[in-house]
Amino acid sequence: MSETLDQELMLGTESPLQDNILITQVDKLINWTRRSSVWPMTFGLACCAIEMMATGASTYDIDRFGSGPFRATPRQADLMIVAGTVSHKMAPRVKRLFDQMPEPKFVLAMGACTVSGGPYIKHGYHVLKGVDRIVPVDVYVPGCPPRPEALLEGLFRIQEKMERERLFDRTRVGARPKILVE
Amino acid sequence: MNRASIVADVRKAFGERITEVDEAALEPFIRCEPATWPELARFLKDRCGLDMLVCLSGIDRGKGVGLEAVYNVERCDAQRAGIAVKIRVPYEDAVIPSVETVWRTADWHEREAWDLLGIRFAGHHNLVRILCAEDWEGHPLRKDYKSPDRYHGIKNNVV
Repeated sequence: MSETLDQELMLGTESPLQDNILITQVDKLINWTRRSSVWPMTFGLACCAIEMMATGASTYDIDRFGSGPFRATPRQADLMIVAGTVSHKMAPRVKRLFDQMPEPKFVLAMGACTVSGGPYIKHGYHVLKGVDRIVPVDVYVPGCPPRPEALLEGLFRIQEKMERERLFDRTRVGARPKILVE
Repeated sequence: MNRASIVADVRKAFGERITEVDEAALEPFIRCEPATWPELARFLKDRCGLDMLVCLSGIDRGKGVGLEAVYNVERCDAQRAGIAVKIRVPYEDAVIPSVETVWRTADWHEREAWDLLGIRFAGHHNLVRILCAEDWEGHPLRKDYKSPDRYHGIKNNVV
């Protein structure tokens, strides 16, 4: 879908905007730009962060997919990669960082600890059993830690989700995952 | 100065107040009562030259025995002569005099032992939790510790 838009824009054939199909086409354009420049937030909580750094480095080169600039502030970030064990002490800080990000924002839970508590699920008195208890998670990437390929696949899933965004559906009903409440 | 001479010096100076000496152990140690500890620490540092506190460990020895603190002290020279000091306290009165003024390293280590095992270090200038959240209840590494079902409304025990 977006590839044809790429071609249309670049080849300079008849512009889709002339057909007065405004909203869908603007949606497409915005989603295309958005998914082509996903800026993740710079923070790593544990060993998964090492794999995240490897994903950003030259061998796996996350920049190829437009997701290179790890931002040092939540105000400029679109994607929060929660990479590592979230302790109960850290949980309010993660939640606050998420709240500070502008919409539309996405969360990728990287690794077993953020997905479910991982190896700490039984005896980890201090570990949050899954980051989806405090922030809505869009994509789960299991693994301990996941390989860079897995993280890239997670990024693709986020990008697919971004392509389904609608401009006037501000609430993203049905799109925004729920926070797990027990 | 090697370990044998350190032990000899300590024995000479403290006599009966050293309750146990084991030089054959994998990690040779001496044992004393909490009340002796500030004086012994000063002696080890000033007279024996053991100027580095390598490690301070807290141990829960279980019911009937109590809590234990193990101090590994060493000389900062080529020989690295060193000794461990073990101090045992009962659960109901788990107080050991602080040695943070003797070895500055002890500051954070004592806070950690307080946080995780609940050993109080009398005379510490800032004995507050260092790892767990400020409002955490209980001391997690004690054998009878039960982790909370909920923390700030978030369910904790799921298995």
